[in-house]
Amino acid sequence: MSDHPSTYEPKTGVEKWLDQRLPIVRLAYDSFVDYPTPRNLNYWWTFGGILSVCLMIQIVTGIILAMHYTAHIDLAFNSVERIMRDVNYGWLIRYVHANGASMFFFAVFVHMFRGLYYGSYKAPREVLWILGCLIFFLMIATAFMGYVLPWGQMSFHGAVVITNLIGSIPVIGGPILTWLQGGFAVDQATLNRFFSLHYLLPFVIAGVVILHIWALHVVGQNNPAGVDIKSKEDTVPFTPYATVKDGLGIIFFLILFSIFVFFMPNALGHADNYIPANPLVTPAHIVPEWYLLPFYAILRAIPDKFGGVIAMFGAIAVLFVLPWLDTSKVRSMRYRPVMRWFFVIFVVVCLGLGWCGAQLPDAPVVPGLPSFTLLDGEFNSYLWLTRALTLYYFAFFLLIMPWVGLKEDPLPVPASISEAILAEHAKKKGA
Amino acid sequence: MSAIMTKGLKALGLAAIAATLALSAPAFAAGGAKHPHAPKEGFSFEGPFGTFDQGQLQRGYKVFREVCSNCHSATLMSFRNLGQKGGPFYDEKYKNPNDNPIVKQIASEFEVPDVDTDTGDAITRPATPSDHFPAKFANTYAAAASNGGAIPPDLSVITKARHGGARYVYSLLTGYVGTPKGLTVNEGQHYNPYMAGDLHSAWKGDPKHVPPGGVLAMAPPLKDDLVTYDDGTKATTHQMAADVAAFLEWAGDPHATLRKKTGVGVLIYLLLFAGVTYAAYRKLWHGKH
Amino acid sequence: MSEPATDHGGHGDPNRRDFIYIAAGAAAVGAVAMVIPPLVDQMNPAADTLALASTEFDLSKVQEGMQVVIKWRGKPLFVRYRTPKEIKEAQDVKLTDLKDPQADADRVKKGKEQYLILVGSCTHLGCVPTFGAGDYGGWFCPCHGSHYDTSGRIRKGPAPLNLAVPDFQFLSDTKVKIG
Repeated sequence: MSDHPSTYEPKTGVEKWLDQRLPIVRLAYDSFVDYPTPRNLNYWWTFGGILSVCLMIQIVTGIILAMHYTAHIDLAFNSVERIMRDVNYGWLIRYVHANGASMFFFAVFVHMFRGLYYGSYKAPREVLWILGCLIFFLMIATAFMGYVLPWGQMSFHGAVVITNLIGSIPVIGGPILTWLQGGFAVDQATLNRFFSLHYLLPFVIAGVVILHIWALHVVGQNNPAGVDIKSKEDTVPFTPYATVKDGLGIIFFLILFSIFVFFMPNALGHADNYIPANPLVTPAHIVPEWYLLPFYAILRAIPDKFGGVIAMFGAIAVLFVLPWLDTSKVRSMRYRPVMRWFFVIFVVVCLGLGWCGAQLPDAPVVPGLPSFTLLDGEFNSYLWLTRALTLYYFAFFLLIMPWVGLKEDPLPVPASISEAILAEHAKKKGA
Repeated sequence: MSAIMTKGLKALGLAAIAATLALSAPAFAAGGAKHPHAPKEGFSFEGPFGTFDQGQLQRGYKVFREVCSNCHSATLMSFRNLGQKGGPFYDEKYKNPNDNPIVKQIASEFEVPDVDTDTGDAITRPATPSDHFPAKFANTYAAAASNGGAIPPDLSVITKARHGGARYVYSLLTGYVGTPKGLTVNEGQHYNPYMAGDLHSAWKGDPKHVPPGGVLAMAPPLKDDLVTYDDGTKATTHQMAADVAAFLEWAGDPHATLRKKTGVGVLIYLLLFAGVTYAAYRKLWHGKH
Repeated sequence: MSEPATDHGGHGDPNRRDFIYIAAGAAAVGAVAMVIPPLVDQMNPAADTLALASTEFDLSKVQEGMQVVIKWRGKPLFVRYRTPKEIKEAQDVKLTDLKDPQADADRVKKGKEQYLILVGSCTHLGCVPTFGAGDYGGWFCPCHGSHYDTSGRIRKGPAPLNLAVPDFQFLSDTKVKIG
């Protein structure tokens, strides 16, 4: 908390000397050792720490891969395979980096849903939330450009499809597209600049992460009860309590990570990306990596090209204004009996959108079921399922959040974190 | 009531995580091809503890050399790979695969392009273990011209580049069946139920029973006793298909065995680490939450 | 990793409690320690680079009195066919006159004294010495003026050591394997 006084006391002469000139040890001590942490944080809160680990893993393995990678359309594919075959531990480093992207997104989705459920975006944490949304957006850009680098079939045609989205902007789209691609198609110039930006953006992300953590330390952590910290009884010092708990979360996460890296390293990727890029042949089924599928589904749900782009970016943009869409006075959905069910549906809808993103739009959802033509497509098709889910996605933020917040009768909120813990103990004993 | 809901939500959270992971595997077979399968005896390299059978890799190399490599290249592979640890011709006597006489012999059977340093002329010379397998054709146009317009794909990473991997290779090679009645197949094309494709437009029969798979330019490449195995194994079509599939699986991911071994060690360490940390966590948080 | 204040979470035997904290901390340190070797080793020469570490050369390409320069491990390799006069000059030098004493016989293969194979990298700071220049009929390094004799030994100038002789062996009368 901002009003938490610094308890750091430099002991040795060197520490005193440094503290008067650059109080960096004090900063670290106050932020990660003596920082008062709500006592009732659950395991969903360990994903913040997990995400910092993910970012570090990606940056370290990424710098290493850049030492061996060649950003040239004729050499990129082979240089990646050389990393896998000849570079010492190259197979390990590349598989960690490739699966690390998936793990990173998996963790960030959990982190975001957690923030959504416990109302971590509400006053005074709006800036904290917006910075997080910014990180998410930068992650998408970084991941997309990174996926282009191996210069496989999916890399190339994914880059073609996504850059062409920009071309759909009226009037200025065409020139911007040419500028972005550095030519009239995705080619050497595009690959080279994507490599440059893919190297740059993680450091931008790291910068925004520092702001994100700074904002967190100014307003303090939210907690499952969603009530403010009232007394010292409500908190424990960050170290060792949160460190050990976060550490445990990180270890379990690394176990999951290792299963993918060592035993199914290509399960999350697409086989077509092991075919060298060929601008003359498009794979039968273009799909982005799994973590972008929900947004890809929203893109395809809109019959108009530019409209699709607007909807896709809108799906991310709406997150930025979320703090002002929620009208409820209660933070945690634990005490919001109506909203929590809308939240559950929302999670299912997001997963559903991901599922739809991987399907052909014209394919029937339930094969064999009679169908009829509705406007521009069969009713029993992924096109219409995607549209229904997209509608809920936006309605959740733009209609349900403001409306339920006003109408809902929240459950009694505990006065403090300690009281919430006591209530839980009582409940456990009673049960 | 609330407790039940909380429990329900927790379960739902975990279910959501599981669903995300399940979803994340691209769960779509290209077209309506038949699902590829392993040979009856299975593949020794499948599963978390699976390893390659060196004898099978050697047989597989022979099939690759005598059959596949007539049209297909594998340019990401070097000859020395054949003699590296885990490879078909690894010999403990020759830790450095460049010294392995079998590898040298194999390499010398191939001609690779080079430049005569005296005259500057483009020449070919016998390959050395450090060379890559040479490309079969000078460029894609030459490849297409020699193969009825189809370009035989490079086989270096074919098992990673196809859904089903080695199973796909095995199923495709053994999966040639006669052209179903009612299916129009062009001259120089062959029907295979495991090939990706869509045969709706070529099918004249019942539209509800379009045959699975697609057509490809490769004629059935294997027939019984096409190669003579050095170890006396009978060269049935199934045997050759399984062997070459295993060889290509190895060629596509030569460090797979080391990777899985490392993974077992890493997981054991992490589980112990988790156990110790959990114990520390329990002691530390006792009475705190 | 973390040393908890002893007044927290006080239950159980204090020694056993400390042990579990130390074990958890040690496991974390061990995990980090095991990650480091791959991260360092990846910068060592890769398998394909190592595979190029040996090369074969056909000596019939070198004429008497001349040298041929080939590339080996990214560096120039001098293959020189010495004249009888040059060989004699090299053999007749008194070892006591040398900065880095070594007999010519130790730098060539017996019976093949005419073929001198050297890494063409000045032992001073790695420039490529010029053939047939300098005061001793061998090589002269243009960067800082080191003179090498017809056995590639340092005779004058700042270089501390003789030009290095790589490992090589004759596969036949006219074929050598270097590396």
